[in-house]
Amino acid sequence: MSAAPGDAMADVPVAMDLQACPRVAKLFKLQWEEVQKSWVLLYPEGMVKLNGSAGEIMSRLDGATSIAALVAKLEQQFQTTGLQTDVLNFLALAQRHGWVKL
Amino acid sequence: MSTPIVANPGAGNPPGPPLWLLAEVTYKCPLHCVFCYNPVDFAQTESELSTGDWLRVLREARAAGSVQCGFSGGEPLVRDDLEILVAEAHRLGFYTNLLTSGVGLTAARAAALKAAGLDHVQLSFQDSTKELNDFLSHSKTFDLKRRTADLIKAHDWPMVLNCVMHRLNIDYIEQIIDLAVELGAEYLELANSQYYSWAELNRDNLLPSRAQLERAERITQACRAKYGDKIRIIFVVPDYYETRPKKCMNGWGNVFLTVTPDGTALPCHTAKMIKGIAFPNVRDSSINDIWYQSRAFNFYRGDSWMKDPCRTCPDKEKDLGGCRCQALMLTGDAANADPVCDKSPHHQRVLEAVAYAQVPDAERVTVKPLVFRDPKNSRALTV
Repeated sequence: MSAAPGDAMADVPVAMDLQACPRVAKLFKLQWEEVQKSWVLLYPEGMVKLNGSAGEIMSRLDGATSIAALVAKLEQQFQTTGLQTDVLNFLALAQRHGWVKL
Repeated sequence: MSTPIVANPGAGNPPGPPLWLLAEVTYKCPLHCVFCYNPVDFAQTESELSTGDWLRVLREARAAGSVQCGFSGGEPLVRDDLEILVAEAHRLGFYTNLLTSGVGLTAARAAALKAAGLDHVQLSFQDSTKELNDFLSHSKTFDLKRRTADLIKAHDWPMVLNCVMHRLNIDYIEQIIDLAVELGAEYLELANSQYYSWAELNRDNLLPSRAQLERAERITQACRAKYGDKIRIIFVVPDYYETRPKKCMNGWGNVFLTVTPDGTALPCHTAKMIKGIAFPNVRDSSINDIWYQSRAFNFYRGDSWMKDPCRTCPDKEKDLGGCRCQALMLTGDAANADPVCDKSPHHQRVLEAVAYAQVPDAERVTVKPLVFRDPKNSRALTV
């Protein structure tokens, strides 16, 4: 299982409060795995390997940063614009899987 | 152990890391379950790895890329250094799982394990009916399991309840599910017994009938609808009722590494039954060498070892020919197709067992007694 931001839902608008501050759900442990060169989510007896963009988003969730601020941070870091839809789509997917809490 | 970990992408050449380390720290166990997968000759194990050996195994496995560490057995709580091992595993960055019967988990040890950084407890139940539970595990453990479940919740661990299902308890599935909900379990694994080791000895007594299975699946579906998100229920049918084999362990030497109490390194819990392979020991080799270099871990990697019908089968990458141990037990050759597959020339062996499972207990002519997993039976069965 791996997750790609925007997968299969790129055109579906996601209703989410931009001021909400998502965090990684309690059941999951997020960590960087040097051997796999990726961020992974660990949970009882299982693992989700995140792709590059999913890892960049998940690793910035701290329960204090709003979605709006997160988007701004990512756009600044990667010197681009228009990431909001991708971020919202990924967060919706992550929420459905129970990986994040809003 | 039935929640699958993600497979290594591009498995094969070269293999990915041993993502899953199962540390079977002891064969000692206060229970005597008739479906135990520990080897029938477990009582012959002479010396268990020391604390220092295990600490080295944990460090080497983590450096090789292991992320999940399961502490299992036997009953891992029998070892009084479990807290030390869990603390080191946690410090190294493992996600730590304790697979326990609950016997030995006192309030003091639970607190110590929490402080050591234990992430998760999987508690096994034999059945929700006290009498049958005590009968099947051959000890008075039921009340204790209830108390253990309360301890797990009190320490805020995610709780997976595991109940091995079989002919003798499957009719109580609704009570088992209700109990799991009552205890506050997040996940409930209702995996049918797989027929290895002690469960193989007891197979005729444990394999449920088709009617039993269908009823159990109907009830599971109804309970999922009734409880919704409250609990996630995983139901696994016995593979004897399938026509294609399971992709056992996600492939030999692909993600899974078991270290047994005496330090033998195995690609699955039961592989030691394959006598033609000399399995390495962590006392002699590093985890890295064992995983990547040893003859044993490369023996059934990829598909070059396959014979017909697997070799030319369009599904060969999907199931990798099933389970090597099952092929050995039912056909005499571990390189044969798993006879669960209906393309196997030995599939009849599975069909015969399934046919016998349809015979009601009352109509069976010869009734074999259940063989309980204990050191005395182990020694008697190992000559």
